[in-house]
Amino acid sequence: MAIFLTADSKVIVQGMTGSEGMKHTQRMLRSGTAIVGGVNPRKAGTDVEFEGGVTVPVFGTVAEAMAATGADVSVVFVPAAFTKAAAVEAIDAGIPLLVVITEGVAVKDTAEFYSYAAARGTTRIVGPNCPGLISPGASNAGIIPADISGGGRIGLVSKSGTLTYQMMYELRDFGFSSAVGIGGDPVIGTTHIDCLEAFQNDPETDAIVMIGEIGGDAEERAAAYIQEHVTKPVVGYVAGFTAPEGKTMGHAGAIVSGSSGTAQAKKEALEAAGVKVGKTPSETAQLMREIMQALSA
Amino acid sequence: MDLFEYQARDMFEKHGVPVLAGAVATTPQEARAAAERIGAASGGVTVVKAQVKTGGRGKAGGVKVARSPEEAEEHARAILGMDIKGHTVQRVMVAQGARIAEEYYFSVLLDRANRSYLAMCSKEGGVEIEQLAVERPEALARVAVDPNAGIDAATAREIAEAAGFDADTVAALEPVLVSLWEVYRDEDATLVEVNPLVKTEEGAIIALDGKVTLDANADFRHPEHAELEDTAATDPLEAAAKEKNLNYVKLDGSVGIIGNGAGLVMSTLDVVAYAGEEFGGQKPANFLDIGGGASAEVMANGLHIILSDEQVKAVFVNVFGGITACDAVANGIVGALDALGDEEDRALVVRLDGNNVEEGRRILAERNHPRVIIEDTMDGAARRAAELASQN
Repeated sequence: MAIFLTADSKVIVQGMTGSEGMKHTQRMLRSGTAIVGGVNPRKAGTDVEFEGGVTVPVFGTVAEAMAATGADVSVVFVPAAFTKAAAVEAIDAGIPLLVVITEGVAVKDTAEFYSYAAARGTTRIVGPNCPGLISPGASNAGIIPADISGGGRIGLVSKSGTLTYQMMYELRDFGFSSAVGIGGDPVIGTTHIDCLEAFQNDPETDAIVMIGEIGGDAEERAAAYIQEHVTKPVVGYVAGFTAPEGKTMGHAGAIVSGSSGTAQAKKEALEAAGVKVGKTPSETAQLMREIMQALSA
Repeated sequence: MDLFEYQARDMFEKHGVPVLAGAVATTPQEARAAAERIGAASGGVTVVKAQVKTGGRGKAGGVKVARSPEEAEEHARAILGMDIKGHTVQRVMVAQGARIAEEYYFSVLLDRANRSYLAMCSKEGGVEIEQLAVERPEALARVAVDPNAGIDAATAREIAEAAGFDADTVAALEPVLVSLWEVYRDEDATLVEVNPLVKTEEGAIIALDGKVTLDANADFRHPEHAELEDTAATDPLEAAAKEKNLNYVKLDGSVGIIGNGAGLVMSTLDVVAYAGEEFGGQKPANFLDIGGGASAEVMANGLHIILSDEQVKAVFVNVFGGITACDAVANGIVGALDALGDEEDRALVVRLDGNNVEEGRRILAERNHPRVIIEDTMDGAARRAAELASQN
């Protein structure tokens, strides 16, 4: 069943006809995703051809694409300056799942479209500045390479794209129910807690890997949530122990401000909630391997 | 980007926030000239304030009242060059003097946890607000601000009332809070803080000191923000990296780091520091994220930046090819090393995995460069790089 994204998901791509959109639509198609349309008002009514003779129709608006195809997921590849408009259009159309891959979106834009979506209550947003999510073997909405790992019973939630790939690679012998890259911006739609809740309720997930990084207090809040609500085993990893105070480390949200947002505080909060935290990605994977072996024994 | 106080003052003024006259000076003579101009309206009295992007400058002796332009010059001479918490004072602001009756606090900031904005307001300004928040949280009103609705007159009154102000002060604060919101919204700020926000003996509300943080992701809407950057304070390597569009942060260790993806690079720094404990405390020399889909050219540019850091004794290239192809990374390494020639003798430990890894490893093996060491795992490579750095 996986979380948020299943074999039944019908996916459209906003910004499909741009170079990034084309490249990743091809990759998503190759990994078995049901891509039912693209959105570009200037190319509405045309078809775009992908390898293997697959054609994908282009619609003028998200609402038209949804009406014609029954799409329930939209992946956004439009440039940062136009992301808010694209998101608002999708929210207005009532798309159930909106995956915003775009990096470098102004935080005001995200705060505005997040709050707009929250007020309507019909759209779950993943991202922005994220690799999207994959339910291996079922569907892939975003840019996570589908060939790293197959399906399995581990759930993964991460702020970082490449650490998602690294962890999937390390645990490819077990496989994943879903892996969700929630993004490293200061304001994101879907949080660690949302994913923990969904994995806890997903009968196809046995254990959860949670990857965090410096900045904000999302990991601390996730730790409190785990203590209260999550009965499945959780293994954690936190990046950024060596990050200096006041410097943004690549992700717009990855910054230690004063004494808040440190990796040490996050690790301690997770451990206090009974989460085993690895010192390196490999050690974290090893902790999960032991849990999975114990569960299957 | 954090602004200096004088930059915040100018920005406030532009948006109609009441501020005192003020001018920035980089020499005592400039400070004197500014005091002559500005002090005329306040009986010759000015305040000379160190411009540093850190708190506690008052305690450090970085803020002084001057009764005359001569005194302003003297104060500026004492303050310029002063070290405040590791920040050297390069400029002072000469501000008009004011007769302060009361000091308040106001800020609006990004609330990450609630994915919204938060306004904070207190009748007790001029103090360390973090301390007030801990010791007497009831004295600091917190009001959620909807990003789409913002702070209109009604919300401004709500905020001031929550802080416990009397009706007259609420009325006086209302337009000021709305203007400060406009600074936050129109300039794409993530923090606008006024501490203190004062009421003068004449009853006027004035933003006496301001702190503004701007969102770099919104620079496309604000080309004028580029002028606010303190380029003189930027590390030369960071400046060179920025010119090449590389995401680089200078640190002070010995192991140069290149990786792809912010999370993986942060993790690489940690793993190197962790492995380095065994080798006399070797630490990462930098953060460098070559990003998703990096080309051979980007890899080569990154390597040039890292190797121009003399503190670097060994380099660790850690790439998991998601979108990035490992063959492009390998070609970038080979190309950069060939361009550097034989004078470069620092070792390069490379760990590649993911997209096209076989081809990447094949390219490196075929080139068989004496300084390139291929390792299979991230932890193993980190250990090797730390060890090599300790021997160099």
